[in-house]
Amino acid sequence: MYDAKKIIPGLIIFALFFTFPFWFNLGTAAYTTPELELPDPEEHEHCIESTEYMRAEHMAMLDEWRDIYVRDGYQEYWSELNQEYFLTSLTKTCMDCHSDKEKFCDRCHEATAVDPYCWDCHIEP
Amino acid sequence: MKAIYSLILVVALILIAIVGAGLLGIGYLFGVIIPYLAVLVFVVGFVVRVVSWGRSPVPFRIPTTCGQARKSLPMFKDKWNRLDNPGTKLGVVGRMFFEIVLFRSLFRNTRVEMHQGPHIAYSSSKWLWLFALMFHFTFLLIFLRHMRFFTEPVPGVFVMMDQMDSMFQILTPALYLSSVLILVALGYLLLRRLLVPTVRYISQPADYFPLFLIIGIVISGMLMRYIGVFKTDLMPVKELAMGLVQFSPTVPDGIGTTFYVHLFLVSVLLIYFPFSKLMHLGGVFLSPTRNLPNDSREKRHVNPWNYPVKFHTYEAYEDENRKAMVEAGLPVEKPLEEETEETSGEEASDDNAEKKE
Repeated sequence: MYDAKKIIPGLIIFALFFTFPFWFNLGTAAYTTPELELPDPEEHEHCIESTEYMRAEHMAMLDEWRDIYVRDGYQEYWSELNQEYFLTSLTKTCMDCHSDKEKFCDRCHEATAVDPYCWDCHIEP
Repeated sequence: MKAIYSLILVVALILIAIVGAGLLGIGYLFGVIIPYLAVLVFVVGFVVRVVSWGRSPVPFRIPTTCGQARKSLPMFKDKWNRLDNPGTKLGVVGRMFFEIVLFRSLFRNTRVEMHQGPHIAYSSSKWLWLFALMFHFTFLLIFLRHMRFFTEPVPGVFVMMDQMDSMFQILTPALYLSSVLILVALGYLLLRRLLVPTVRYISQPADYFPLFLIIGIVISGMLMRYIGVFKTDLMPVKELAMGLVQFSPTVPDGIGTTFYVHLFLVSVLLIYFPFSKLMHLGGVFLSPTRNLPNDSREKRHVNPWNYPVKFHTYEAYEDENRKAMVEAGLPVEKPLEEETEETSGEEASDDNAEKKE
């Protein structure tokens, strides 16, 4: 091979770059999905909507709540699942049950490097 | 037709993933075996291809000269010629750097125009350069951003990329600017092939297929993030990704079909990569028209496998024939030693005198 002194280091850099996740995680503990601290199931059967819906859409729901509460002045959210009105408030509704941000919100957000801007305004209760 | 053929191929790949992972539920094949195979084929195939290029000899300097050579004449003082026609290693490093990072040759792209007259005109055309640059850098950013699924804890640099990419906080989850930019760039690159007749004429399935494949990857990724029914729970996705890179693969429940489509298309891209024109990723570093210094006038480059030719130099020729040459009045570089220098000198001066008269 010609120019092996240049090509081989280049290929080594390439291989190291593309196998980065393989060697970066060497020696670390096997990854497990973080456990969430959920409210007592005897007190609360389920969240204001189904778990699947909340997992997928909680961020959109909070965004919508912010808009309808702050901009339009509505304070109530009708939950079909619970047949009940809820106050459209992160602090007063969500965090009434999920009271510990670090043991609920942050666990998934940190694992997936998500940085929601809720806490730019809200104070952790 | 070539475009439709490529599109059908990509749609078929999507259907394979939907049927295989979604309907038949063979998540282990699509989530573990194919991705491992893809990474292996990609890295090994890439290395083999580059090594095979390395075996091709490039004995002579063949750089594209885009400016007047540095040392040719004192009147050429343009300092950019150090990059456009480098004569030194440093100049080559600079040329390669700007070539790889800023696509300087593409910046020189021109368009032929016919005017009334008829006149022909070559005008600057920067759109291809702009959108190509946009595509490549957003692709790099998206690739690096995905490392948040393959690392735990996620290093700050990837978190920062994520935040910068979603800094305008449009929509929830926040819209990545790179998602929009890459779609715009891919749209341009595709429409250019479809709508410009000259480019369309030379476009092959091998040109359309990677475009459609990458568009498919981007769209499936965006659907997973933004559109309700396609959304995928990220926690099992991260578990799958981490299982792959920690060599303890698991296929957790609750991963949506869209994810398998996304992963399958990425795997196909990785497998396709070493056999396709996408190898310009490695090839750009090995372009002899870019990575050689234009120093043919300063250094003698000898073809290493030349047959050892026996040269008959002019000096040897003159040594053999000097006497006859002097007798015939031919000019010689070294005067005859045995004969007196005066005679030959006088003859020469006589000739000069005659000419003057």
